[in-house]
Amino acid sequence: MSDTAAGLLQVGLLLACLAAVYRPFGGYMARVYTSDKDLRVERWTYKLFGVDSKADQTWAVYARSLIAFSALSVILLYLLQRLQHWLPLSLGLPNVESGLAFNTAASFVSNTNWQSYVPEAVMGHLVQFAGLAVQNFLSAAVGITVAIALIRGFSRSKTDRVGNFWVDLVRTVLRVLVPIAVVGTVVLVAMGVVQNFSGGHEVTSVVGQTQTIPGGPVASQEVIKELGTNGGGYYNANSAHPFENPNPLSNLFEIFLLLVIPVCLTRTFGVMVKDKRQGYAILGVMGTIWAAFVFLATLFEVQGAGTATRAAGAAMEGKETRFGEWASSLFAVSTTGTSTGAVNSMHDSFTPLGGGVPLFHMMLGEVTPGGTGTGLYGMLILAVLAVFVAGLMVGRTPEYLKKKITAREMKLVSLYILTTPTVVLVGASLAMGLAVARASILNTDSPHGFSEVLYAFTSAGNNNGSAFAGISANIPFYNTALGLVMLLGRFVPIVFALALAGSLAKQQPVPVTQGTLPTHKALFVTMLVGVVLIVTGLTYFPALTLGPLAEGL
Amino acid sequence: MASNLPGSVRQFGVALRALLVFTVALGIVYPLVMTGVAQALFHGNANGSIVKVDGKAVASDLIGQAYTMDSGKKDDDGKAIMVADPKWFQTRPSASSYDAMASGGSNLGPNNADLVAAVEQRRKDVAALEGVDPSQVPPDAVTASGSGLDPNISPAYAALQVNRVARERNLPVDKVQQLVQDSTEGRTLGFLGEPRVNVVKLNNALAALG
Repeated sequence: MSDTAAGLLQVGLLLACLAAVYRPFGGYMARVYTSDKDLRVERWTYKLFGVDSKADQTWAVYARSLIAFSALSVILLYLLQRLQHWLPLSLGLPNVESGLAFNTAASFVSNTNWQSYVPEAVMGHLVQFAGLAVQNFLSAAVGITVAIALIRGFSRSKTDRVGNFWVDLVRTVLRVLVPIAVVGTVVLVAMGVVQNFSGGHEVTSVVGQTQTIPGGPVASQEVIKELGTNGGGYYNANSAHPFENPNPLSNLFEIFLLLVIPVCLTRTFGVMVKDKRQGYAILGVMGTIWAAFVFLATLFEVQGAGTATRAAGAAMEGKETRFGEWASSLFAVSTTGTSTGAVNSMHDSFTPLGGGVPLFHMMLGEVTPGGTGTGLYGMLILAVLAVFVAGLMVGRTPEYLKKKITAREMKLVSLYILTTPTVVLVGASLAMGLAVARASILNTDSPHGFSEVLYAFTSAGNNNGSAFAGISANIPFYNTALGLVMLLGRFVPIVFALALAGSLAKQQPVPVTQGTLPTHKALFVTMLVGVVLIVTGLTYFPALTLGPLAEGL
Repeated sequence: MASNLPGSVRQFGVALRALLVFTVALGIVYPLVMTGVAQALFHGNANGSIVKVDGKAVASDLIGQAYTMDSGKKDDDGKAIMVADPKWFQTRPSASSYDAMASGGSNLGPNNADLVAAVEQRRKDVAALEGVDPSQVPPDAVTASGSGLDPNISPAYAALQVNRVARERNLPVDKVQQLVQDSTEGRTLGFLGEPRVNVVKLNNALAALG
């Protein structure tokens, strides 16, 4: 079979699997968030927490609960790392240094999973499974709660209540994430992923050299790392490591896991707003852009531009033999279109334009299909912008899903859209202006060096976590700057999204008339694709020309 | 009582209790239970697919190794320079020298001058070792993997090494070719990933011949 035919079948199988679960899983999630029945274990949980599950919150209380929970999560994760040496299962590793501990705590709580450390050498088993993996569940769930609250903003009317954060959080963890994680762990171990508490297994090879085979509860963490679009690897090589991702089948399974929730949430959205076509339209936008980026990344990698690439004969630097160019490109685009940031190949060594594709894909704000929850609320906010632009064109008051888009909504949408590019570009400029930050660049002999810095801040601001990993980010400047960028890029937009939810929920629905722009048809899908690309393009084009475009054209 | 507290203080109390409950459930119970299940169902996989030759643990089937020997020369830091051991099939170049506690790639960019030089040097070395024209050396033989622990090479690179290994070991070429065949995997289901030869399995099979 030719490479192209095999590669296309691989993409086809992935899409078929997603299509098969789209309706049942999306519909299931809609029932999870609309049911008024609590499971028995949930009732115990609410008692332990001290919350009344029947009491809905205003957007402001919802936001305060979310921020309080996340702030405490940062503190606990910071302390776990700072105290690891005195806690069990540290593998003898010392306490994590303060700058790095802050960066890592911010990173895992914000669903970024940027790692400026080598896990094997810094994090013991306890920090990994009782700290980092817990946030893999919780940060993913937090993202979903925001999306659900925003959907309620559209589906409810004449109320100031958008749901109960604690109920949404508990249901996401217990009814959505844990069941899939349990099954997924077993599937991954069956494929060869390790799951143990060993501190390492020494072997002596047939040529007499010793090698320490690492251990760890990897499968249980790997599954939620992908499912929760987190991306932080148990090992430094992340999903390129044979113990995290042993073969092409596990590779496809992991790509499926990182796409499944963001994709199916569009169905949940359609069901909850009682118009499934709206969900298809949003999915259409996500899918169109994702497919175009997969095509481009694969094309550039197979073409193999770059002096080093041509000298080698193919773009195999930083890629695993078992995955090759096709499966590596598919993973790279899927991990940057979601907020995952796991990698099965080193993006820094991709061809100039091939590496620019994942960078640009993150810049879209990770809405194609985006992180768990973040992708959906990010895309819905862009959809509001699209109807606003359309409204300006025809001179009508814009509306979306029977809600009027007034000045207040547009202010929140604008603030939401501006936040991330601001922290990304200010951060990257600051870094390029500081000698100490420039000294961290690995590939200093071309525009590629600037791309490393731009990639780092883009990844942090959009809560992705992948890297042009040549950059030595474990210095006080990057640990602090990227840590702040991750927290701002995560929680400031969340507050705006929840405020928008509150504002929409209060409104009375407006009747659909002949003049209403249909938001489920191809015209609107095309328009929204245009808005996503143009808004991002205009924001980041100057920066891109200095990096990947300068190197690749 | 609790309802008299200001809202945000109360939310912090709930948040703290929630975080502790989740840490116990997801951070301790979940990984312990999953480890128990994994150990019971797939003992070998869960523990790293360790393989034994003559009763001794020599490798993990999934983790690549270096098949090198001391050249007798030292580098500037006084460390021994290792060169390919011709009796064994060679794995890909590795940014971590197959140290399984330091996985990772080179992260050198596509136009990096150091990478160009390294690729050209590797091409020369492989061509000399195998006694072939440099143009015959496949890409995976001159590039470092993403993990630094890639256990696989392309079938083309394995084919290039067959004659040399057979010669060094006084084995018939057919026999070595058969062993390569046994360690070769096609694309999964015929279309997933890439065809590959597991060098760790292959060299362990050579070692088992004695």
